[in-house]
Amino acid sequence: MSRVLSERRPPIAAAHLRTDAWWALPLAVVVVLSAFIVYSTWAALQNAHYFVPPYLSPFYSPCITESCLHLSFGVGLADFTFPVVGVLSPAFLILWGPGLFRLTCYYYRKAYYRSFWLAPVACAVRDVKSYTGETRFPLFLQNFHRYTWYLAVFFVVMLTWDAILAFRFPDGFGIGVGTLVMWVNVTLLAGYTFSCHSCRHVCGGHVDVFSEAETRYKVWRFLTRLNERHPMYAWLSLFSVGLTDLYIRLVSMGVIRDLRIL
Amino acid sequence: MPTYTMRVFRGDARRGDFREYHVETAEGMVVLDVIHRIQATQAHDLACRWNCKAGKCGSCSAEINGKPRLMCMTRMDTLAEGAPITVAPIRTFPLIRDLVTDVSYNYEKAKTVPPLRLKPPDPDGRYRMMQEDIDRIQEFHKCIECFLCQDVCHVIRDHDLKRQFAGPRFFIKIAALDMHPLDTRNRTEFAAREAGIGLCNITTCCTEVCPEGIHITDNGIIPMKERRADDYDPIVWLLRKFRGQRPEPA
Ligand code: SF4
Ligand code: SF4
Ligand code: FES
Ligand code: FES
Repeated sequence: MSRVLSERRPPIAAAHLRTDAWWALPLAVVVVLSAFIVYSTWAALQNAHYFVPPYLSPFYSPCITESCLHLSFGVGLADFTFPVVGVLSPAFLILWGPGLFRLTCYYYRKAYYRSFWLAPVACAVRDVKSYTGETRFPLFLQNFHRYTWYLAVFFVVMLTWDAILAFRFPDGFGIGVGTLVMWVNVTLLAGYTFSCHSCRHVCGGHVDVFSEAETRYKVWRFLTRLNERHPMYAWLSLFSVGLTDLYIRLVSMGVIRDLRIL
Repeated sequence: MPTYTMRVFRGDARRGDFREYHVETAEGMVVLDVIHRIQATQAHDLACRWNCKAGKCGSCSAEINGKPRLMCMTRMDTLAEGAPITVAPIRTFPLIRDLVTDVSYNYEKAKTVPPLRLKPPDPDGRYRMMQEDIDRIQEFHKCIECFLCQDVCHVIRDHDLKRQFAGPRFFIKIAALDMHPLDTRNRTEFAAREAGIGLCNITTCCTEVCPEGIHITDNGIIPMKERRADDYDPIVWLLRKFRGQRPEPA
């Protein structure tokens, strides 16, 4: 091995020899992810216009404190009040869950390691920073992505419940554009959650002899097909969750009117 | 017939530079053909390694316009004619001369992977596997050992962590053995401690360059990271106790 390590590589000084627009994709990722982070933080800070019967914004679901405009479980925890800031927006009590899920997602890790961390910014483009990968604290914790998946499943259940409630208008059963928006959102979020690599592993990927575990094999095959589209679901669900909040916000503010289909 | 300007690296590990050659190409030619034409007509001593010209031997790896690729599988008509086309040796390994590098690091790493340890055979003395048991690992067996994935991996290429890190080609080898239906070894400890899978930050460049289209990260590295995470998951630990699953570490 020592002979192999005492190497003399090709004497080429250039950091890369690529001629294509390798910087375009990482740049686009920075723009889109930053825009989402700014919007979601702003929306979470508002603590208003997140509920307009029967629609509840996904940023505020489940809503669990007393002052919630729509209590998800009927009863609420006492409000958290801080000096200067005042009452803590209930969004912050729950957003850390889906936030951690996305933060530790294998696909988003790739996206932000490349575009924010520049490690590496693109393939075969030199990265000169010191590097320990995911072997040390805090990045070592990325390996616990699976626990955040357990949490994410709970959120999909909650948002499905909200989407069911979105048929219950003050005057009885109905369907509005908002109902459809919420169903599209929860479908995309479920697509993202169940196409997760940890899900694929936990539900079947851990098996070595598939012929002896028929059900897990079938589940694994199905999840593998979903998993191939994980990046697509990651982006679509990010857009849908932001746009669903925006839609409900604008309706609640009276800027747009929710059309009743039924 | 289109004429291309080729910038080909010439030299050895001590000194070298790109030299320009103008080459007329014919329909259907690949970069390796052009290199051979330069060899035949303009630079008889140009060193390059190749064998099959069919994308199956994994010998002709190079960096074409900065991207790790097989020279024999890169058609000239996919490259823009106006600008010069650079052809460099793979930059992660020691250079022997011109386009030829010494890839023995990979053979050394191959030797460290614990081999298959078979289960006892069936009562009739035979071994049986079902197709669904090996579909997954057959993908990894498509590997032609071109080492383009090793070349592009920033852990080796930029951070030079060769001692601690086996690299993507060997992660799929480890995965193939770990997922093998007849194998009795558990390789998660090996993957983490010896092969350094934690150094991989799953940025998927290996998958992007693999000429065999192997899903190195999604089907090999991430499942191995997940198998390693099982070792720390109390829920899995309980289930294993209950089921009595998984063989002892190697
Ligand atoms: S995904 Fe991991 S192994 Fe593959 S190139 Fe990136 S760091 Fe290397
Ligand atoms: S995994 Fe793909 S890129 Fe890596 S050595 Fe094998 S064929 Fe080449
Ligand atoms: S959510 Fe992306 S891998 Fe789990
Ligand atoms: S010559 Fe065999 S792969 Fe290119």
